[in-house]
Amino acid sequence: MNKTYNQKAWFFVVPVFVLVAFNAVVPLMTVVNYSFQETFGSNVFAWEGTRWFKQILHSERFHASLGRQFIFTFIILLIQLPLGIAIALTMPKKGWGVPVCLILMSMPLLIPWNVVGAMWNIFALPDIGFLGNSLNSLGFDYNFTQQSGDAWFTTILMDVWHWTSLVVLLSYAGLNSIQPAYYQAAEIDGASRWDIFRYIELPKMKKVLTLAILLRFMDSFMIYTEPFVLTGGGPGNATNFLSLDLVKMALGQFDLGPAAAMSLIYFLIVLLICWVFYSLMMKNEGRT
Amino acid sequence: MSLELKNVEKKVGIETHIYSTNLKLEKNTINILLGSTLAGKTTLMQIMAGLDKPTSGEIWFNEENVTGKEVQKRNCSMVYQQFINYPNFTVFENIASPLKITGVKSDEIKERVGKVAELLKLSAMLNKKPDELSGGQQQRTALARALVKDSDLILLDEPLANLDFKLREELREELPKLFEDRDCIVVYATTEPLDALMIGGNTATLLEGRIIQYGETLKVYNKPENLISAKVFSDPPMNIAEISKSGDMFKLKDYNVQWKSDMKIKDGDYKIGIRPHNITTYKEGNNSIEINGKVLISELSGSESLIHFTSGKLNWVSLSNGVQQKNIGENTKLFMNVDEFLYFDANNRLVTNG
Repeated sequence: MNKTYNQKAWFFVVPVFVLVAFNAVVPLMTVVNYSFQETFGSNVFAWEGTRWFKQILHSERFHASLGRQFIFTFIILLIQLPLGIAIALTMPKKGWGVPVCLILMSMPLLIPWNVVGAMWNIFALPDIGFLGNSLNSLGFDYNFTQQSGDAWFTTILMDVWHWTSLVVLLSYAGLNSIQPAYYQAAEIDGASRWDIFRYIELPKMKKVLTLAILLRFMDSFMIYTEPFVLTGGGPGNATNFLSLDLVKMALGQFDLGPAAAMSLIYFLIVLLICWVFYSLMMKNEGRT
Repeated sequence: MSLELKNVEKKVGIETHIYSTNLKLEKNTINILLGSTLAGKTTLMQIMAGLDKPTSGEIWFNEENVTGKEVQKRNCSMVYQQFINYPNFTVFENIASPLKITGVKSDEIKERVGKVAELLKLSAMLNKKPDELSGGQQQRTALARALVKDSDLILLDEPLANLDFKLREELREELPKLFEDRDCIVVYATTEPLDALMIGGNTATLLEGRIIQYGETLKVYNKPENLISAKVFSDPPMNIAEISKSGDMFKLKDYNVQWKSDMKIKDGDYKIGIRPHNITTYKEGNNSIEINGKVLISELSGSESLIHFTSGKLNWVSLSNGVQQKNIGENTKLFMNVDEFLYFDANNRLVTNG
């Protein structure tokens, strides 16, 4: 048998390998390299073993920013998921309202992150910002640059404003894929609105919601630009989330070793949580 | 117990989906709505169930006007073409769901679900979830959910359409038995004349939002009131040709084909409807006439042979028993069973001897 060999297809694949190597593998390995060594610049390295990892894992500063990060992500998910589903449920299913709602919902997603930060910074300024000024004239003592509670409130509000739409759009897509017959069947059974939500809509949205939770978890867990512009991690360390802290350590203090170790731990935490969550959600979804 | 539609009409925008309809369905009957897609079967069922309101007209159930009554407060159940079950409930929970909502005790639920499950051969899979079942089993679960409730009205909207051939046959045979000793009105929508014939009961033929004829299935089949009803209730499609009569001689227009009949009708022009199985490649009945045709297509299914042929200006469809091998383009002789002809007058109404 004469089989024709044609290896030209490799030319299509090679650019991808090269790209992935340069934008993922090489930088990641550089970080791994840094995390096991001490450097004083000018390309002089000294082997440190697992010292930086131990240092980070026992560092109170890391614990504090990790704790803040978990609280922030938890609150974000707690607000954005129910809110997003609720908005999706009230959106019209046909007529001119559909494109209007979809466009309105996509708007916040289209704004660059640093612009969102800057917008909210100005918006919330206690003296001249619309939000800050209004709150103060209503009698609230609001100042996000000085009071940590206010800083958290503003950061969360900003993130909810920026990202709830994503949950809305995903849920809306999930809801729209449910055949009308399901609603009719439930009505005939005498099911209440809540029953329909609990036993038809929610299970039917399971996959898109899993996706929404994953995306929102990863994004909020790695949030950087918006709080950097809005609060810069302050006041004090009040909104100093993991990635803000990481950048401060790497670029502010130039502690490359510990910073590299920290980014690897950070990366592994995200990976682990996503994996555990995804496996749990998809446990019974193998068969179709 | 009876369900009555009085002058029910349904318009959506400027389109009329159901033209003014009167229909009375009696207790313990299976009623078939037969018509092609968009004939208005589903709309009619949704109006019966209360899922949709008629634009005008009234729906009466047991001498009570239920026109505006919400579907939750009526006692009916429905099975759809798609297999509709609660996705994260087990088969047991699915079947039990309508009972749970109405607050039936759990012992009774268990007993009733068990009974229905047995009837529908689901006993072995009560703990499975719908997506672990085959299509046929999913539809059985949906049927069980509809049956467990003791509804007054059971609506089946093309329940077999999404099943494969074998399962369809199997379930179609079982269906009439399921409803045998139930105090309810069953409405069954289908596009297939065969479904109607096999299930029996009563049939309403529908076309473009109108009920053409309603009556006992076999009567509607054998004595269609008019040409439209006959066409709707014929698969493969009925052959229709124009004829003229003078004296006791009948003649196909523009053909050299004629026959005698004892039909006592006035001389003049008529149409005849001939069901495909009354045109065969062999003589059938005492009274048959010959027609010459050229074969267009021949489809063999093993037990039957469907031969499309052209004769004169018309295309004809014939259905013969067994394998009748014909080549495309072949000239062939076919026989039409005169006793089975249906005669229609100029207004397309059936004319008979009686």
